[in-house]
Amino acid sequence: MNKLQKIFENKKAFIPFVVADDPDFETTVQNILTLADNGANIVELGIPFSDPVADGPVIQAADLRAFKAGVNVNLVFDIVEKARESTNVPIVFLTYTNIAFKFGYEAFCKKCHELNIDGLVVPDLPLEEQGDLKKYTDKYNISLIQLIAPTSDERIIKIAKAAQGFIYMVSSMGVTGKREDFSNELSPTIKRIKEVTDVPVAIGFGIHSVQQAKDLSELADGIIIGSAIVDLINKGEDLAEYANKISTAI
Amino acid sequence: MKEMQKTDPKSRYYGEFGGQFIPETLMTELNKVSAAYDKYKTDPDFLEELKTLLNDYANRPSLLYYAKNMTEDLGGAKVYFKREDLNHTGAHKINNVIGQALIAKRMGKTRLIAETGAGQHGVATATIAALFGMECEIYMGKMDTDRQKLNVYRMELLGAKVHPVTTGSMVLKDAVNATLQAWTQRVDDTFYVLGSAVGPYPFPEMVHDFQSVISKESKRQILDVEGRLPDAVVACVGGGSNAIGSFAEYIADGDVKLIGCEAAGKGVDTDQTAATIERGSTGIFHGMKSLFLQNNDGQIDKVYSISAGLDYPGVGPEHAHLAITKRAKYVGITDDEAVDAFEYIAKTEGIIAAIESCHAVAYVEKLAPTMSKDKIIICTLSGRGDKDVASIAKYRGRDIDE
Repeated sequence: MNKLQKIFENKKAFIPFVVADDPDFETTVQNILTLADNGANIVELGIPFSDPVADGPVIQAADLRAFKAGVNVNLVFDIVEKARESTNVPIVFLTYTNIAFKFGYEAFCKKCHELNIDGLVVPDLPLEEQGDLKKYTDKYNISLIQLIAPTSDERIIKIAKAAQGFIYMVSSMGVTGKREDFSNELSPTIKRIKEVTDVPVAIGFGIHSVQQAKDLSELADGIIIGSAIVDLINKGEDLAEYANKISTAI
Repeated sequence: MKEMQKTDPKSRYYGEFGGQFIPETLMTELNKVSAAYDKYKTDPDFLEELKTLLNDYANRPSLLYYAKNMTEDLGGAKVYFKREDLNHTGAHKINNVIGQALIAKRMGKTRLIAETGAGQHGVATATIAALFGMECEIYMGKMDTDRQKLNVYRMELLGAKVHPVTTGSMVLKDAVNATLQAWTQRVDDTFYVLGSAVGPYPFPEMVHDFQSVISKESKRQILDVEGRLPDAVVACVGGGSNAIGSFAEYIADGDVKLIGCEAAGKGVDTDQTAATIERGSTGIFHGMKSLFLQNNDGQIDKVYSISAGLDYPGVGPEHAHLAITKRAKYVGITDDEAVDAFEYIAKTEGIIAAIESCHAVAYVEKLAPTMSKDKIIICTLSGRGDKDVASIAKYRGRDIDE
């Protein structure tokens, strides 16, 4: 069984997201370790992009802080390498297509393999355009994480069938960032996914409170929390405590 | 569609460029737009309504004007201007907006959203939204709302809500980001009227088709007056909508030189430029694989041009294909050259043309004298320059009250 998929066996997975190099190298490494020590089952590490069209203001601001700190792709790799000295927590990258494309899909995947990266979430690379990258994620045994949205409708089945690792279920319309309401399509969509695949489903976009995490984890196999964590890190609040609360609640 | 676009088995591509690199949230909607466009692009009722609006509302066909004074002054090839500046709303943008808004209407949409750079596309979209009784919201970089205040007010006058975009470099690129984000929030009743020949399929194809009215007309007009095709067609290129429309009907005519004029800003060798084809490299952004100004890490560059309409780090995928296959040539024109041309065409021909279009005029000034008197150039004046008068005055050190 796929290594990522295995993580979801017999438990709900907590997948926190942090932006690499926000606000600096050491803090990011420390945050990955803190999350790993406090119940994170997978850490999603965002590679900053100049124009993150799928992201709301909180993650956009984090990307800007990372650029201010001088982030580049190789530095993100260095962050993982440093974290890897102390943790084996599964890590997936969130990267926009152009970062991997410009690095060279093969070189990028090879590097991910060397760093023991288990998956890639690429928000602007829909199923139809994945062929060129998929060649190398397959070669280097990295899961290309599929996203399914409340609008995916007729696309759900074919995307679910192509899924590896886990499926990133987008909770609602719009971009990343806190929200109070989630799409009514969540339950029926997850039901349709489950009819065609055993690949676990994690819900992301907008989750911030412990109660939301608990409620949504009941609909799926895991939850992804991004903006709320990025915001908390920015405000210097207690990451360990928050991660603990979430992982205990789900 | 043109044969050359079908050379790739994936018809969403122009050679290696194009595609649909967009968040999953938008894919279903994008497919609906594709299906609707496929259905209506050959539908007689649709085409009739489009034609009627273009002719009766937008003032088409636009004139092909022989610029006698400029021809004599430059002393070479005969210069013709395709006068898109005489269209209703003052630019070529209306051609595409009418087409896309008619598709939106047939899809049952009641709300139009759009990005705008100089404001011309925003004004055209606001205009058609008013005509069709649709809601309209326009996203415009804060830099551009500041340098094109008149157009902001025009859009508001037409009933649109204008959102100044304060993320990134606050220009056209960021306006596209904001409009894409707004679209992911609300697709059910909303159509994104994309103004340039960029973005995910089917937008580059729709823009190509709706703007190709420019070259359909110019071809007929030049055959009428000269009895032959032009030797060169010149147009300015930001994302490339007026250029693709100006080139479209001549692409298969190998003897007609196609020349796109990009904004070189302070110079193609400086970092204050927007000369994408000359300086860019292949990348994937704004829904398409194309050429972009970017760094080695794949981060999209901040770009610069005096022209808010050409101030874009990418270019439409069909232009990228025409450039790589050498069917069209792309040249950089600096701010200084464009401003000189702005003044030159005003004084020589009595035409105040948009600063965007003046990038093409500047190249004609260089090209015409190198060609013999029996040669013909058609240059598209994509828009009128009223909107630029205040900023050109400022460029020349005159502060005038808008």
